[in-house]
Amino acid sequence: MREISSKDITKAVKELCIDANYNLGEDVQDALRKAYEKEGSPVGKATLKQIIDNFEISQQGEFPMCQDTGTAVFFVEMGDQVCIKDGNLFEAINQGVRQGYKDGYLRKSILADPIERKNTGDNTPAVIHLDIEKGDKLKIVCAPKGGGSENMSEVKMMKPADGVEGVKEFVIDKVKRSGSNPCPPIIVGVGIGGTFEKCAEMAKRALLRTIGSKHPDPFYAKLEAELLEEVNKLGVGPQGFGGTQTALAVHIQTYPCHIASFPAAVNINCHVARHKEVIL
Amino acid sequence: MAKKKITTPLTDEAVKDLKIGDDVLISGDIYTARDAAHKRMVELLDKGEKLPFDIGGQLIYYVGPSPARPGNVIGSAGPTTSGRMNKYAPRILEAGSKGMIGKGEMGPGVQDALKKYTGAYFAAIGGAAALIAKSIVGNELIAWEELGAEAIRKYTVKDFPAIVVQDCHGGNLYKEGVKKYQKI
Repeated sequence: MREISSKDITKAVKELCIDANYNLGEDVQDALRKAYEKEGSPVGKATLKQIIDNFEISQQGEFPMCQDTGTAVFFVEMGDQVCIKDGNLFEAINQGVRQGYKDGYLRKSILADPIERKNTGDNTPAVIHLDIEKGDKLKIVCAPKGGGSENMSEVKMMKPADGVEGVKEFVIDKVKRSGSNPCPPIIVGVGIGGTFEKCAEMAKRALLRTIGSKHPDPFYAKLEAELLEEVNKLGVGPQGFGGTQTALAVHIQTYPCHIASFPAAVNINCHVARHKEVIL
Repeated sequence: MAKKKITTPLTDEAVKDLKIGDDVLISGDIYTARDAAHKRMVELLDKGEKLPFDIGGQLIYYVGPSPARPGNVIGSAGPTTSGRMNKYAPRILEAGSKGMIGKGEMGPGVQDALKKYTGAYFAAIGGAAALIAKSIVGNELIAWEELGAEAIRKYTVKDFPAIVVQDCHGGNLYKEGVKKYQKI
């Protein structure tokens, strides 16, 4: 068994929260720069220039990329040989969120109860997805998720007869109806299969993939490319002002599903697709 | 694209000169208000009472910033979704405001009010929050401190970047811009 101290986890999580909110991933930076070159609309181009200037300013460490520093969402892979010393994994992560959101001057955007709506004051609780893997490592991915893009997400329990065409129609229609609200250019995470809640999780996991990477299955790689092309014909453009660059990428993640079911989910990410990881 | 420099308070002439798609740099004072402050302002207007600041010619910015570092005027301060203020904005325009800054399309009632009262709706770039913060050089509480993040504040801005998205001539960039590039 390998022991990992809960204090080390807290420290790592604190740094991830800050890093994710100040330093945009290289793949997203590249995608935005390419979008600027490709954008056909003058207003769209001017918008992308501001977006690029913004993440360059944010890297200097004084201002986070967006004032909505999001719900702290984590994907954790814990090795089956790992044992947490002096504490509990989820509490260690939440403590890291508390510290990161305080010392990083990040916005506290979490309400204790969705109906009463009183702020918890420290951006906890985090949302944590945990998997057990073989080995002795602890991998933590921090993916802060803003409210605007999250509000444009949806799960649809389709019929198996709806098929691939049904998925395409759902994704394209969802992006069209979302319009300017999720701060385009967006990244579209698509989940297919699983149960109702697993499907949604797959759609969010899809957002973590490096932009520009191809799906390992040629069938889904082709579907991703087709959806990206179709979505960019909607004309929504950067910030919904009209343009050719509506989405930077469409990623699909699948999961086995019930013989009677055919769920699909769309989780939209705005252009600041924030995710950072550490392996302890 | 050349940027237009505009200064608050705005005159009717200055607003009529603005068309959708115009890239502007706003300087002067702007007033922040979100859902809760708007509700209170409209209640005052309903009672025929004065607003807590002189609204003539002023712009309202829909924003909820991240915390300011010590010594800084403000944290990151990009716009919040304007659609939530759809029912309030026409009353604020009627009271003398010359427009709003936010993100996302505002409704037909607001479009009509922009024409009737000569106002303009500007979009600040959602997520260009650090860039926008750099243009905010002053930050003063004006009213309703008890509303916390939703209090009315006055930001003094220098070259605050925005785009005219809905104008006083009936133009709506969210509709017309998309139509130009829509292929499906």
